[in-house]
Amino acid sequence: MSDEESGLVKIALVSCGSEYAGVQPEFEAAAAKVNAKFIYPEIDVSSVDTIGRDFGLEVASGDLRLMMARAKAVVEGITNADGVFITTCFRCAEGAIVRNEVRRYIHEHSNIPVISYSFTESTSAGTLLTRLEALTTIVRRRHLLTREVQTGLTAGIDSGSTTTKAVVMRDNKIIGMGWVPTTKVLESAEEAYSIALKEAGVSREEIQALGTTGYGRFLIGTHFKAQLVQEEITVNSKGAVYLADKQKGNATVIDIGGMDNKAISVQDGIPGMFTMGGICAGASGRFFEMISKRLGVDITELGALAVKGMHEHVSMNSYCIVFGTQSLVNSLARGATPEDVAAAACYSVVEQIYEQQLQEVDVKEPLILVGGSSLIAGVPKALGELLKIDVLVPENSHLIGAVGAALLASGFVEE
Amino acid sequence: MAKVFIYPINSLILADLVERFGHKPLTMMSQIREKVTSLSLDSPPLNITPEDPKLGLKYAAIEVPAGVRGRMSLIGPLIEQTEAAIIVENPPTDFGCVGCNRTNELTKYLVRSKGVPVLEVKYPESDDEARDFVNKIATFLESLPKEKSEEDDKAKNEKQSEKEGKK
Repeated sequence: MSDEESGLVKIALVSCGSEYAGVQPEFEAAAAKVNAKFIYPEIDVSSVDTIGRDFGLEVASGDLRLMMARAKAVVEGITNADGVFITTCFRCAEGAIVRNEVRRYIHEHSNIPVISYSFTESTSAGTLLTRLEALTTIVRRRHLLTREVQTGLTAGIDSGSTTTKAVVMRDNKIIGMGWVPTTKVLESAEEAYSIALKEAGVSREEIQALGTTGYGRFLIGTHFKAQLVQEEITVNSKGAVYLADKQKGNATVIDIGGMDNKAISVQDGIPGMFTMGGICAGASGRFFEMISKRLGVDITELGALAVKGMHEHVSMNSYCIVFGTQSLVNSLARGATPEDVAAAACYSVVEQIYEQQLQEVDVKEPLILVGGSSLIAGVPKALGELLKIDVLVPENSHLIGAVGAALLASGFVEE
Repeated sequence: MAKVFIYPINSLILADLVERFGHKPLTMMSQIREKVTSLSLDSPPLNITPEDPKLGLKYAAIEVPAGVRGRMSLIGPLIEQTEAAIIVENPPTDFGCVGCNRTNELTKYLVRSKGVPVLEVKYPESDDEARDFVNKIATFLESLPKEKSEEDDKAKNEKQSEKEGKK
């Protein structure tokens, strides 16, 4: 059977020598799980000596020059790849420069989906899985991702790390929604789904197709016999442009989740470049939960508090939830107001997303902010201030994954 | 016979030159060969596991990128055996592709600090320079002891036994 017949996705591995970092088995394992395989683009060895001048970026490392030559081979079609995985060592400055420029080069000169990642020797297949799943989905299910209208009666469940969301949609409208904290994955999903079904006034049997996404997608997907079990990068970007009514043209989606953040560059509803944070809880919904708890307010009140405060009054440029807590305690001890602390927390999260993730994604307007944290009013305010652009928070922005899943699942109704 | 470390660490030409003068070249190929022929491992393509960057900690600190430490787990043991070294600066890729420059910087530093005879030559750009290049390497290799005398070996062994005895 050919690769095409078996649905095998060929991902060009453009790396500076991940083979030497001991992470190769993890890469292979993650690829195997999404029915993909890595290929190494063939190049003419002499091109490694001249690629620096050809590419315009002259670096000392031979393997980084090899990366550029391999990227060129992919763009020029010498190597036939469905997707590209660009990866260099975490902590290497020269590698980071090349990784970023190679990603930009492939993005500008081809339509091949690309992801980039900086690895450590502790990189696990699990960390890479969502990213590779998204990459292969963009390759395999482009037709599904072009869906702009929800049809029939479908449902979506987003089993997130902090909250579980469910929606029921009929004829392009949300008719029922449920939102509960995630405790036990299956029970929370059952509860959220039941609430959504009740509000919609329909029974489970009437649902024509169901889509699941989020951390618990596989477990609940099997439990509910879902037609679509999909990672959150493609689902959320689809849900975001749908809710914001920006399905045509360029858009940038920022999703601040409970455990990780995604910055996704979207074109006509299809994700192009994306980055996924998640190493540090200092830039996620989890940080807001901790801040609210320490300030003694409910998380729903944190946004209103932050809008009244001035982030400049508190120094919270933290890259870690532990140091963030330290800054918070020190600030309060020095007499900072809860409003200023809340504002600083929002600014600190947004600043991290800006510094760590938006450098890898071309920010094109409209900028759509989604995920539970988008409901904290201080967050879009801080993001708008930092980027000097208007931030769009669509209605029901926290239900993004569930809505995206219900929308994409409706493709199965027609099929 | 001297164990000669070469840079670029995978240069076939340098390895061949060293062998022709009766010495043993210390090369990356021998290290990789050991890895890829290890039957008990399965970490394609080089059989380097997450344990190797940990072994590399002996030569580079934890803040150093994983790829550098993984490479050092192969190169470091060679530097430990080094009795002489030839370093060629500015080599083109086909003379011996040297991958990560951070590893190269550390490798050359460790070799230079070892206190063994080191020949540093620039990669030739003309025929005359090429002749000069080969001559310099030949003279250097000829200056290294061909055979270790039995007395030397005996003295070394005695010293080793003394050390072990003290332990």
